[in-house]
Amino acid sequence: MVEQEERKRFEECVLPHLDAAFNLARWLLRRREDAEDVTQEAMLRAYRFFGGYRAGDARAWLLQIVRNCCYTWLQKNRAGEELTDTMEETIPDEGDSPENLAIAGFDRERLASALDSLPPHFREVLVLRELEGCSYKEIAAITSRPIGTIMSSLARGRQQLKKALTQPKESEVRRAV
Amino acid sequence: MRCELSKLHVHAYIDGELDAAGAANFEQHLKTCPDCSSTVSSAGSLRTSLQQAELYERAPLGLRNKILSGLPSSAPPRKREASAIRWLALAAGLLLAALLGREIFVTTARLTEKPLAIAAVDAHLRSLQPGHLTDVESSDQHTVKPWFDGRVDFAPTVQDFAAEGFPLLGGRLDVLGGRTVAALVYGRRKHVVSVFVAKLQGSEALSGEGEMQGYHWLAWQQNGLQYCAVSDVAPADLKQLQQLLSRN
Repeated sequence: MVEQEERKRFEECVLPHLDAAFNLARWLLRRREDAEDVTQEAMLRAYRFFGGYRAGDARAWLLQIVRNCCYTWLQKNRAGEELTDTMEETIPDEGDSPENLAIAGFDRERLASALDSLPPHFREVLVLRELEGCSYKEIAAITSRPIGTIMSSLARGRQQLKKALTQPKESEVRRAV
Repeated sequence: MRCELSKLHVHAYIDGELDAAGAANFEQHLKTCPDCSSTVSSAGSLRTSLQQAELYERAPLGLRNKILSGLPSSAPPRKREASAIRWLALAAGLLLAALLGREIFVTTARLTEKPLAIAAVDAHLRSLQPGHLTDVESSDQHTVKPWFDGRVDFAPTVQDFAAEGFPLLGGRLDVLGGRTVAALVYGRRKHVVSVFVAKLQGSEALSGEGEMQGYHWLAWQQNGLQYCAVSDVAPADLKQLQQLLSRN
């Protein structure tokens, strides 16, 4: 049966990346409950589009769908949140400021809330790079952005994350807005 | 005056995105540039913190089954070979299947629901992902058995049945329904069998067998321990393994 084969192929190629899908959704939506719903929806979409997937990086293919579902969901459900890409041309200098030396040793809660406080396009590149271990090329495929943009997003994302970690008050104010 | 390289180049270096020659050049540069070496070390400690904090959020245990039972029973459409009309027909079919199928799936799943068996099949599927099969990889029962000491609060019987066609591949820890359990991994021809072993708790005892998503499970109790074997081998093979494990 063709149907059964397709379904089996889906279960073998795509479903093993369920954790990656959920992890990305969790960090984009910032709530496990919402991530669960959107991951399920994204998997259903992936199944429907599976006919168009032939070979290649199944994880990147799935994460692209998950990401799209997340942004659609955010636009619908949390329209007030900053989603627009406020990418600045310049990348701030970073160097041997004292904050650089004090990053190590933060607990999970502190890191998670600092990460959650970043704009989504910084959060996603950091999650894909640092937690999911994706290459620049994979991140570019998942986010449909050029590699140069990925590089500068990572540079700025890391900088902002450090700032959020060392200036807790400012990040808490931003979260509360 | 900041080093211009420290802005982007340094991140490509940290992320291993420079080619060998580029990385070697940059390492030379690092020796003389305090800006860049400071950025490298701070990004390094940020990465270490992120990794040590275990921020990766794994999917909840039941999500896989929820997704599987939510999939339409019709085949996914084949690329764009289908004409518009076939597309429409398919979409309508999918919708109908989603509306009808969902109810049916949910009902049947609920009727046969055995949380432990569902969790065991889930855990087995998870273990098939690369790198998740075994925590201790050995066909030697004298290596695998002591590995469980101190990791679970009972001593599972570990035996290699290679002569009977079930070679021991290793063991791992798993979590079923919030409890840490021992999982013994056996091979069966080209297939893998997970045997979950947990201390028996009266209310959770599970016996019998069943099938979920093409995987069979077989559960029994013995000597105060709950066993549940899961695999895509034939049910008869699971029974044979049960008999081998119950011999002592």
